[in-house]
Parts: sequence; C-alpha cells; structure tokens
Amino acid sequence: MTASQVAQGRLVTPFYGRQRELDTVNRWHEWKGYTVPDQLYDAELEYFAIRNATSVFDLCPMTKYRITGPDACAYLDRLVTRDMTRIREGRVAYAVWCNDAGQVIDDGTIFHLGENDYRLCSQERHFDWLLESAAGFDVNVVHETADAAALAIQGPTSFATLERMGFGAVGSLKPFGLVHLSFGGQPVTISRTGFTGDLGYEAWLPPDRAEAFWDALFEAGSVSGIRAIGTDALDLARIEAGYLVADVDFLPADTVVRHGRTRSPFELGLDWLVDFGKPVFNGRRALAEEWRNGSRRRLVRLDIEGNKPARDAYIFAKARGGESIGFATSAAWSPVCKKNIALGTVDARYGAPGDTLWVEIYYQREMHWTRKMAKAEVVAGPFWDPERRRATPPGLY
Amino acid sequence: MTDERFDVVVIGAGHNGLAAAAVLAKAGRHVVVLERSEQVGGASITREFADGYAVSAGAQWLYQLQPAVRRQLGLSVPLAAKELDTIVLAGEGEPVRYGGGNVTGVSDDDRERFARFSKQRERYSRLLWNWLNRVPPRLGSGRPRDTRRLIRMALDMRLLGKREMREFLRLVGMNIYDDVVERFSSPLLQGGLCLDAVLGSHAGPRSPGTYVSGLYRLGGGSGAVSVAAGGMGSVANAFMMAARDAGADIRTGAGVERIVVRDGRVAGVELAGGERIRSNVVMSSVDPKQTVLSLTGARYFETGFVRRVSHIRAVGNAAKLHLALDGLPGQFDEEILGQRLLIAPGPDAVEAAFNPAKYGQYSAEPVLDISIPSIHDETLAPNGCHVLSATAQYAPYDLEGGWTEAAKRAFLDTCMATIDRYLPGTSARVIEGELLTPVDLEAEFGTTGGHWHHAELALDQFFVARPVGGAQQYRAPLDGLYFCGAGAHPGGGVTGAPGRNAALALLNREADR
Repeated sequence: MTASQVAQGRLVTPFYGRQRELDTVNRWHEWKGYTVPDQLYDAELEYFAIRNATSVFDLCPMTKYRITGPDACAYLDRLVTRDMTRIREGRVAYAVWCNDAGQVIDDGTIFHLGENDYRLCSQERHFDWLLESAAGFDVNVVHETADAAALAIQGPTSFATLERMGFGAVGSLKPFGLVHLSFGGQPVTISRTGFTGDLGYEAWLPPDRAEAFWDALFEAGSVSGIRAIGTDALDLARIEAGYLVADVDFLPADTVVRHGRTRSPFELGLDWLVDFGKPVFNGRRALAEEWRNGSRRRLVRLDIEGNKPARDAYIFAKARGGESIGFATSAAWSPVCKKNIALGTVDARYGAPGDTLWVEIYYQREMHWTRKMAKAEVVAGPFWDPERRRATPPGLY
Repeated sequence: MTDERFDVVVIGAGHNGLAAAAVLAKAGRHVVVLERSEQVGGASITREFADGYAVSAGAQWLYQLQPAVRRQLGLSVPLAAKELDTIVLAGEGEPVRYGGGNVTGVSDDDRERFARFSKQRERYSRLLWNWLNRVPPRLGSGRPRDTRRLIRMALDMRLLGKREMREFLRLVGMNIYDDVVERFSSPLLQGGLCLDAVLGSHAGPRSPGTYVSGLYRLGGGSGAVSVAAGGMGSVANAFMMAARDAGADIRTGAGVERIVVRDGRVAGVELAGGERIRSNVVMSSVDPKQTVLSLTGARYFETGFVRRVSHIRAVGNAAKLHLALDGLPGQFDEEILGQRLLIAPGPDAVEAAFNPAKYGQYSAEPVLDISIPSIHDETLAPNGCHVLSATAQYAPYDLEGGWTEAAKRAFLDTCMATIDRYLPGTSARVIEGELLTPVDLEAEFGTTGGHWHHAELALDQFFVARPVGGAQQYRAPLDGLYFCGAGAHPGGGVTGAPGRNAALALLNREADR
C-alpha cells in the first residue's frame, strides 16, 4: 500500500473542528469512516440536553443517497415495503427495505425534497443494492454522504433556538415535514425528524457553510441550554423512543452468514410499514407467505424490575426452568421514565403486550458476579413519547 | 384490448415453444404460439443461403431429440441418414473414427477402453436424462410432489449400484479433459471427445463441469448424430404439425413487443403492431434475460431476482459456417465425407483454441464440427453440388473491436485455411460462403449473446439453478410467467425437453391447486 492511498485514515466531518473545541474528555470513535464523539463532556449531562434543552448531534457520517429522475418514486416504491406514492413533496417517510426473502436489509428515512427528487438516509451503506435495484427504472442514484452536512437539533427548546436563528418557518412543520430555507444565501433544508423521540429537527446544508451554521446555532441556543452531544447520549434517548439500530437490534440481511439470523419487518414490529396493496416490492412474495404462516420471532419492549440494565440478557418465559426464548438487544436505565428498559427479540409465541417475561441479568459488584432473574413486562408503545413531540405548532419552551 | 383471450400464450415458435404448445393443447388448453419471424422453428430451420443451396442454419445434427417428447407428441421426423459415425480428421495420417462403442485408428488398449467408456457414459447419460426429462424438484417447497421427485432422483442414482454411483459422483463435477486424458492415449480420440463436450459453450475441455456437458450432449443415448431429410426445418415442421393437430393456434409474423403485467401478475402480451392478446399465463421460449429484462421489465420483479437474471452467463462462442460447393473435396470418398467430421487434433489443441476466446479474440486454430448433409439429401443443393455446414469454435460474441466485416473475413479465412489442411481442396470448391458469428446468430434467432443454450450450460446454471434460483420449475416469480426455452431446465439442443417439461410443470401446478 502506498502512502497516497492512506493520505487520511479516519475522516473528519465539517463539524469536527467545532466539536473538538468543546471536547473535554477526548472520547471518540469511528462511524462509517468518520471520527465522532462518544461524549464531549459527560454522557448523562448531554442526555439531559436532549430531554430538557437543545442538543446538537453531528449527523454527517449518516449514509445519504440522492435519488432523482422521472421514475424516482416508482423506484423507491419497489425498493421499500411501504407505499411511497403517498409521501408527498415536503414529507419524510420512515421505511425499511428487504431482500427477496423478505428480510430487512436496513431501515432509514426517505426525504421527498422536490419533484422527482428524494434523499435516502440510512445507517449502513447500500450503493450496490440501490444500483442493482435501478435496473429498468429511469433514475439516477448518487452517493452524497460527503456532500451534505447534517445536524440533529433535538430537545424541547430546539424550536425556540431555531426561531431565534431566523428559522421561524419550521414552526408550521408537522412531524416528518421538511422545508427549504436559506442561510446566508445558501440553501438549508430543515426537517422535523430525529432519533430521540422528542421535539426536534434535522438541518441539511452544504458542507462549506457548516461552521457558520454551527456558530449561529450555538449563539441562538445560548439561552436555551444548547449542548453538543455524542453518541452515548443519543443511544440512550433512542432506546427510550424505541428506535432500532442496524447491527444492534437487527443485522442487515446482506451481511448475515448464518441462516435464521436475519429479521423480517414483522419480526421487528414494523407491520405498519408493509403495504401489500402494492403489487410489487422487494420481499413481497416472501412477506406475503410469512403473513399467512406467521413469523418466527417478535420484537419486544420490556419494562424490567430493578435498575440493572439487561444488556445482552437472555429472556425466559418462566422464572425458573425452561429454555431461553430470546435476548435483549438494547437496554438501559431510563432517567426520564425512571424505568429499567430494554428492546429484545423473542420467539413469536411469547411476548404479547402485557405478558410477563423473565430476564437473566448478570452484573458485577467488586469483582463478584451476581445473577438476577428479573421480572419484565412487555409494553406496547415506546417508553418515551411526550405530547410535545407531535404538538404543532411546537412549544416555545 | 381485443377480446382475444387464450389460456396460454407461448412466445416463440422454436421447437421448444411448439412442444410446450402441443402438450398444453393436448391437455385441452386454448393455446396460441406467437412467432416474430415468418417461419417456425427458431434455431431449428432450413434456410437457403445461396441460390439453390440450403442448410440447417442453426442446429445441424439431430441427436438429442427425446424419445419421451417424440412419443408424447407423436412426432415423425423423416431421416436422410441415421446414426452416423464421428471421424476426427488427422491432416496427415489415419483419422480416428468412432461410433456405437467402436473406434478405429487407435491402439488396441484404447479400443478396449473406449468400449467400456462408451457403455459407462451411455448409462450415466441415461440416468442424467431421466432427471432432465422431468420437472426438477423445487427445493424446500415442502410439497409432497417435490419430495417424491427428490427421492426418485436418489433412487435412480442408487440403482446404478454402489461402485457405479460412486464413480458417477466422482466424474460428474469433473472436466472432460482430465477424464479422457486419463483413459486414452490417442490425441485424436481425446480431442474429438473434448470437442463433443464443449460444443456451443463458452468453455474449454479443462473448464469445470464439462464432463456433465458431455453427458448432456449424448441426450440419454449414444449421441450418434442423424441427418433430418430436408434439414432441421423438417424437425421444426414435425413439432408444428403436432401442436397444430392438438389444436394450438400458431401465428408467424407476430412478434411480441412486451408481456403485459397488471396488478403484479401477467395479463397477456402486446404485439409489435399494438394488438393485445389476453391470457393469464405466458410461456416464453425466448431466453430468460430477454424475457425478464426486455419483454417484461425489471421493475415487475424483485431486485435479487433481477440481479441473478442479469448475471446469467450467455456469451456465445460458436460461429456457424455455410459453404456452397461445386463438388466434394478430394482425398476422401463419399462414405467418409458423409459422416460427422471433426477437426480437433488433440485435447490441448481444443483447450488452446479456447484460450484466446477468454480475452475477446477468436481462435487462430479453430476446432470444427463439420457436416456435408447434401451427401444424404439431394434436395439441399443442385445436382452434383454440395453444401457444407460447420460449427466453428471459438468465436466470442464480445470480440475485441467487434465483429466488423474485416474481422469476419479474417475469421472466415482462418477457418478455410484450417479446413483446407484437413480436407484439402475444399476452398477451391467454394462457390459461395456465409459465416454467422454469435452476433449474427443473435440477430437471426434472437438469442442473447447468440448462445446455443440461451444460458451457458455449466453446473452453476444447471438443474434447479437453471435459469436461476427463484425460477425453478419453469415459473418466474411473477404470477403467470413461465420459461419454456433452452434457458430453462435442462438446456439447449433440439431435445424438446424444456418445452415439454414446462408444459407439464404448468399442468402439475394447476393440479396441485
């Protein structure tokens, strides 16, 4: 390997410099080739910025594809399981896409930016699959992760902050709406979307305006308790909101080697995203069969007794005896709900909302391991779903 | 849409399309066969290429027509010559002649081994074709019919006996080169057997899976070739009569522009003129790539399936040479020239001929399979004159620089020089000649890549993996769309098996409902 091939090992985002200035703990990790913070000062304080003030999270490494052309809508409609013809211009759709076997490759959001113009955002990279899917469609698919800088501005005071920045127009956005505005003569798109389950927005802008936008945002947010946050805080918030993460709560089907380790949308509790009214979409034939015959697994949201997070814990139907019926994939103590919560996968015969399951939690106390069978209740909706998330116009906290 | 409505629309009146139509019409289905050219037969046709000279323009020998197909359709094919020997020409020295388990021009050892070899291969080919003449099982379907099919396959194989079964399993994944070089010492015999196994393929004798393509060629019998009276067009004609007598409607000059899909299922076809014909079932004998990607449209299928179909290997590598001769070339007498003549001087020579084709170049020393059918059939050429038809390998479809007139001329000259070395005086007899490269064959017969088999006949595109996973049992993952051509199980050649099997698969499926 020559030096020129690794001129820059890990990439930095357009917001890296600003985050570095705020950083006090030097805890960073890699996200799809980019350097991003675990935390900048303290994960818990950062988390409370999400729930009580305004948090700012650097979304730049999020995978972004631009899909344009006369067949853009038809193309996406065949790609994902939900009906894309119903997503009007100026709206955003949460969607999953499957392989032919009806197994989830990834989930993400699709922004209907303009006529025949969409942006698809996801955790994983899928350029190959998107290009293969384009056969027979008049579309253009471009990978634009590095071409659009993005920030998540989330929390109860996020609207107040944006309004103070001069973006009062976002006040009329309902959840999953987007609007094109301008910032210093450059376009900025703001959508009412996020990964926190709270009132919040995401801003999309040209990378060369990134630092100026950041500075203006922090100036406007100074009276609203604005804070830059890292991934640790966001992860806690998303578990509370019940959001799934690829490679954590499910594995992208195209990366799985072993049979049976993938998940269908039904097995992830995403039935509402599958529209059999569409005659063709990837996975339709297999999903129709699964719908008739029943799924093997189901996703559960657990409210667990005690306060020890059930990380990677086995789940049982009974307190003693019997085989494990599944496992927790994400778990945390939720500060805002004051609950010990987890997301998990169980055998579909168990875990209907309201059922009681048992979780085997191991934890260490001064070198000694302790095992605890904790009672867990299966709950129906997300753990955290405040009214302010939906309220339009949003509150001026 | 017109009111015309059929139970089944068959696209393409090649022999497979006609076989499917005949079986379905016999079972009482209302069937129409739509053929874009004015003549039925597909690549099984007789065509005049020079004034007064006609040849079988695609397939030239009859050797694989399945008895099961012949019986079911009641075909009667007039033959001008039956079960000819194969002669591997030597240039200088004695040629090797084989057929019916006998071989001459080789050592006593080789002769003995050849008898055993022929018997064994016939047995294996019979076993293989036993499988190929049935609808293959759909793996993992859980249907009793598929389980029975799998059990029957295993039983067929076990009935070879323990030793033979083991030997079959050893050989079936091998290449032909290793097998014949291990057995025989005569290069001409080895070369001839190698060429037999790779005819029409993008493969050399050392390519994997060529042992089984050799078995495939035998067609469940000895593989001895016959000459149809009136050329291969009469074979197609026999299929057409069978279909017509069974009640199928056969229309020529009716090119299908596209397969109409409505609400996620097949609704009929649209002809080039805009006319529509309604049907809930469309059986396409067109190759799978065109059927899926052009005739139907990728958007009606799921991405993984489209990916597999677009990756089907179908790069033709065999050219067809037609020569009008004012007399027979000298040196050999008519009895010899009337047999099947091969130019395949040795196994390495066949492999060496294939090498340039991997890199987009034609063979400098091509290998050829030559017929002079006019020796047996006077109707093909004027009195005292003859036609020579040959398959010449290798001539890759994707020739570097393309098949320009100059490139065609150069390859034709190369072929003629080679033929003159083995059949001296041939070029002096030529009145007119025609070379059809895979590009020409694609244009004439409409097969992607000008490929004999519509899709390379290799182990990864064979049996339940043919045409691709997700389309077994002739059924595309689009309700109502079936494959019935050479690209479907079992493969190309004038066998009638894909057409008949596809029709049976459809009837089975209706019965299972």
